[in-house]
Amino acid sequence: MSWQPIIDGLTQGVRLILTGDRVVMQIALRSLETAAAATGMAALIGMPIGVVIGLGSFRGRGFLKTLFSALVGVPTVTLGLFLYILFSRSGPLGYLQILYTVPGIAVGEAVLVTPLVISFVASAVEARDVGVRDLARTLGASEYESSLAILREAWSGVSLALVSSFNRAFAELGIAMMIGGNIEGLTRVLTSAIALQTAMGELGLAFALSFILLIVVISLNFLIAYLGRER
Amino acid sequence: MTEKKGMAINQKTAVILAVIVVIALVGAVWYFNRPVAGKTQLIVSTTTSFFETGFLSTLKKSFEAQYPQYNVSFISQGTGLALATAARGDADLVLVHAPSSEKMFLTNGTGVNRKIIAYNYFLLVGPASDPAGINGLSIVDALKKIVASGEAGTALWVSRGDKSGTNTKEIALFKLAGFDTTKLVAEKDPSGSPWYLSAGAGMTATLQLADQKSAYTLTDIASYINNQAKGNIHLVQYVGPGKDMLNVYSVIVINPSMKNYRGTFDAAMIFERYLVSTDGQNLFANFGVAGQTVFNPWIPLKTANTDTTTITWIQNYAYINGTECPTKYRVQADDLYK
Repeated sequence: MSWQPIIDGLTQGVRLILTGDRVVMQIALRSLETAAAATGMAALIGMPIGVVIGLGSFRGRGFLKTLFSALVGVPTVTLGLFLYILFSRSGPLGYLQILYTVPGIAVGEAVLVTPLVISFVASAVEARDVGVRDLARTLGASEYESSLAILREAWSGVSLALVSSFNRAFAELGIAMMIGGNIEGLTRVLTSAIALQTAMGELGLAFALSFILLIVVISLNFLIAYLGRER
Repeated sequence: MTEKKGMAINQKTAVILAVIVVIALVGAVWYFNRPVAGKTQLIVSTTTSFFETGFLSTLKKSFEAQYPQYNVSFISQGTGLALATAARGDADLVLVHAPSSEKMFLTNGTGVNRKIIAYNYFLLVGPASDPAGINGLSIVDALKKIVASGEAGTALWVSRGDKSGTNTKEIALFKLAGFDTTKLVAEKDPSGSPWYLSAGAGMTATLQLADQKSAYTLTDIASYINNQAKGNIHLVQYVGPGKDMLNVYSVIVINPSMKNYRGTFDAAMIFERYLVSTDGQNLFANFGVAGQTVFNPWIPLKTANTDTTTITWIQNYAYINGTECPTKYRVQADDLYK
């Protein structure tokens, strides 16, 4: 009896995947898109900052590093609330009209994971720094070129940063709820759908969606690991 | 050279990641544009009980079938947050159930054209063992006994504690019985732990908490039947339908002259008029949870004018200065109040 919702959830989850349920597929795709777009934006902004912090030797570097490490732990509801006030029609960025939209969620998740990219990239680059840069310099590379060389050398750390960012964005709930509003057919993503089904007392369906989320996350991570390992 | 080998792998991975990101960005833009294309989006901020019972999906389908030029988006929040969201200009209409908060919403200039749409009753539910011995009592006597038992350490109460319509009603009922909930929440039973538990959660979560803790709680009838039918809870109804247990749902349109207005007044009025039309009212009447009607339509009750007791209860409870919406809070909608 007590295991029933989990068993129901498993069978329902398998059935939803096998039958390719349209609504569930849409929701899962929307989750993938927001998380991927967020990771992309965070990478564009976070990687250069991470390299500068990792390689630089300026005052306040240690402070920045610690600050971004701390920001990795910001609760998603806090960030969601902050962004809601910003994006609200009566807020300072209300004219963008991205509250309750998919791009709004993506931007929010990008803000969430950017500190993570910065911290990871900074640490990865730092660990690779000394030897590679000196070597690149002696071979006549410019500052920019030697930075790129280090980034390549530190790639395992950098890709870990991106994969972790994607996972965090994919699995977060606070921003999807506050910025997305969990609107049916528009901004509902896997996590907010799970929260809603739980609130509706549909525990079996909530479990089914959770399993789908887990399956997507796990297979995606294996795929990336496989591609990275290849030849 | 080993470095070169490392580079080759990395660049390949980078290309794959970049492709994924680009596809996602394009997809996101596509998603953003698709459902809104050519349609006016209406944002309705709504109470959780409509949402959690699945009524809003029915409402969305039938409204959009009749008015395909609109896309209705529901955002489920407790009444308190729903009104706050609307006051910030982030919604076009609200569906709520807290007459006292609604009055403020009209008087502070945020809402106009309030109409009552449906009603049902709150229920006082609790464990089958009935530790406070409230079976058969009125709501006031029942609450007095629960407080006495709670203070003695033999009963528990779970409150939503989230400023929702149900929470507002609960506070009012305790007040009617002579108690201040802000004081109850600080009380300790003889073992030193609180007996009045403030959950800060939605109705389903609160019912589940009450069920697990064998506690009493106040619930709307729809959420109760919904969870009972699914076997999530095993709580028993002790105080049911009656004058003091009334739950009245209203629709309020956001004042078009408000700052930061979304500019969708005409669409919002079409939606409100649909809710009070025969079609809209039939949706409430025909919507069943586990085979039971949980939202009783208000307009047919008032028009038929046979059940005058219930009508009087509702008028006393949910009317503002003797009307659903005083004249000065009406905008181009006098025909709705004939």
